[in-house]
Amino acid sequence: MELTAGVPAPSGSNVAKPSRFRSPLESAGTPLQAGPVQSEDAGFQAGPPAVAFRQVSKTYADGTRALSEVSLSVAHGEMVAIVGPSGCGKSTLLRLASGLSVPSGGTIDVSPGNLGYVFQDATLLPWRTVQRNVELLAELADVPKKERARLAAEAIELTGLTGFEQHRPRALSGGMRMRVSLARALTMRPRVFLFDEPFGALDEITRERLNGELLDLFAKEHFAGVFVTHSVSEAAFLASRVVVMSPRPGRIVAEVRVPFGYPRSPELRFEPDFAQLAGQISAYLRGKAV
Amino acid sequence: MSVQLDQLTVDKVAPEADAPRSTVRKRHRTVRIVAPMVVFVAVIGIWLFVSYVLLDSSRRFLMPPPQSVVQVGFFETANLTEILHALWSTTQVAIVGLAISMAIGTLVAVAMSQAIWVESAIYPWAVVLQTIPILAIVPLIGFWFQYGFNSRVLICVLISLFPIITNTLFGLKSVDRSHHDLFTLQRASRWKRFFKLQLPSALPATVTGWRIAAGLSVVGAIVGDFFFRQGEPGIGRLIDDYLSGLQTQQLFGAIILSSLLGLTVFWIFGFLGRVLVGSWHDSQQTRELE
Repeated sequence: MELTAGVPAPSGSNVAKPSRFRSPLESAGTPLQAGPVQSEDAGFQAGPPAVAFRQVSKTYADGTRALSEVSLSVAHGEMVAIVGPSGCGKSTLLRLASGLSVPSGGTIDVSPGNLGYVFQDATLLPWRTVQRNVELLAELADVPKKERARLAAEAIELTGLTGFEQHRPRALSGGMRMRVSLARALTMRPRVFLFDEPFGALDEITRERLNGELLDLFAKEHFAGVFVTHSVSEAAFLASRVVVMSPRPGRIVAEVRVPFGYPRSPELRFEPDFAQLAGQISAYLRGKAV
Repeated sequence: MSVQLDQLTVDKVAPEADAPRSTVRKRHRTVRIVAPMVVFVAVIGIWLFVSYVLLDSSRRFLMPPPQSVVQVGFFETANLTEILHALWSTTQVAIVGLAISMAIGTLVAVAMSQAIWVESAIYPWAVVLQTIPILAIVPLIGFWFQYGFNSRVLICVLISLFPIITNTLFGLKSVDRSHHDLFTLQRASRWKRFFKLQLPSALPATVTGWRIAAGLSVVGAIVGDFFFRQGEPGIGRLIDDYLSGLQTQQLFGAIILSSLLGLTVFWIFGFLGRVLVGSWHDSQQTRELE
C-alpha cells in the first residue's frame, strides 16, 4: 500500500509546487510509505490537466477569507476527492471551477467541453416529471426535442431510473432524487464532473450504494471528477487521490494517494488497509499528521 | 469491529396495533363530515334559542328564526329573485375587479422581479396603496368617476391589488439559489430563466395571492354597493335597504347568500390551485388526516 502526501500536482505540468506541500508523511518516516509511487504518478501526467487551480484565493466582500493560495490539478480520467471541515471553502473551489464565482487571486483552467455539476441537494424542478427534469439541461442548450429525449433515455437507463420517468420528484426518495440529478448532468456528456457533497443528506446504506453506482458511471464515462465531501470513508472509497483541506481560510494541508485500483467492491471498506488509509486522512483532517 | 448482529435484529419492531388502513381512513372521513354538522346543528340551536327564548315576540324581528328566514328569503320567489339579481350585479363587479387586479398585479410583480430599480420605485407605493383606508377615498372616487359600475370596480381593484403583487413577487424572488445556479451554469437566457424557472416556481404563491385577492374583491364589491347607488343595485345596497325597512328575514337571506358567494369564490380558487400546482406542490394537497 502506498501513500503519498504533499503531491499537489503532476510533476510534469507547469503548476508550481509550493514547498510547504512537501509535508509530514515523508519526514515522519511513516511505515505506510512503500512501493513504486512514481509509476502510479506517471498515469496522471499525460496531456494537460482537466482542471488546474493555480494559487487560487478567494476573499468575500465582507472580508471572509474562504481560500488561500490553493493549487491543485486534476487529470483527465482521475477522480479526486476533497475533504475538509465545514466552512473550509471546499464548495467554493467547485463554484470557482464552474465559473459561478470568480477568484480573488490566482488562475483556474478547466478543459473545454461540458461541465457536470451535482449540487448538495438534487435541485430538481418539482413541477417536472423525472423525464422532463433529466431533459432540462439539453432543453436549455436548445437540443432538438427528439435528440434530448434520446439523451435522457440513455441517462435514465445508466442511473437505473427506468420505470420512474413519469414520476414527480415529490414521489421519490432522497436517493432516487439524487439519481435523477446525476442523470440530468450525464445527458450533457460532461468531461469534467464536479460533485458538491451530493450524498451528504442520504442515509448510510443509500449513500454507499450510490457510491458504488457512481464508480460504475466513472468507469463507463471516463470523466474527470472532483468530489467534495466531509466523509473520509466516502472520499477514500471513490477517489484515486484525496486532498485534505484546513479550516478557514481553506488551504491544502495534505494529499493522499489512494492505492486501490478500480473497480472497487463495497467490501473494500472493511479491509484493514482501507481503515488504515482512512485513519491517515482523518489524522490530517484533525491537524495531527502522523 | 464486531457487532453482534443477532442482537440488533432482536431490537423491537413496534407492534402493529393500528386497524387496517382503509378502516382508519373511513373513520377519518366520517369525522370530517359529522364534526362540522354537529357545529351546524349547535349554531341553529343557539339561533332558535335566541329567537324564541331570549326575544319576546315583539322583538323577534331582531333575529327571525331560521325557518322563517328560509321561507321568506328563499321560498318567496319575488324576494329570492331580487336578492339573486343584486348578488349577480355584485358578482360581476367583483369578477371584473379581480381580473383587472390579476392582470395589473402580475405585470407589476414581474416587472419588479426583473429589475431592482423597478422594485425600489414601486414597492413603497404599493404599501401606501395598501395602507390607505379605502373608505377615506371612496367619496373622492365617486366624485371623479361617478357613482356607477366603474367606481365599484375601481374599489375592488384598489382593495385586491396588493396581495397579488406581494405574493407573486415573493414567489418570483424566492426561487432556490441552487436552481438559479443550475440555470446560470447552462447559460440560460433571461427569458428561459423566467419561463422555465421563476414563473412555475412562483405559481403556488401566486395562486395563494389570487385566493386572498378574490375574497377581498367580493368585500370590495359589497363595500362599493353601499356607497355607489347608481346603476344596477348590488347586494350591499339591497342589504342596506332591507335594514332600513326592517325586513330582517330578507336581510338574513341576503347575508347568507352573500356568504355563499364568498364561499364559492374560495372554493373555485382552491380548486384552481389544486389543478395548477396540486400535482407537485405540498401547499395544495388535499388534506388527508393521517
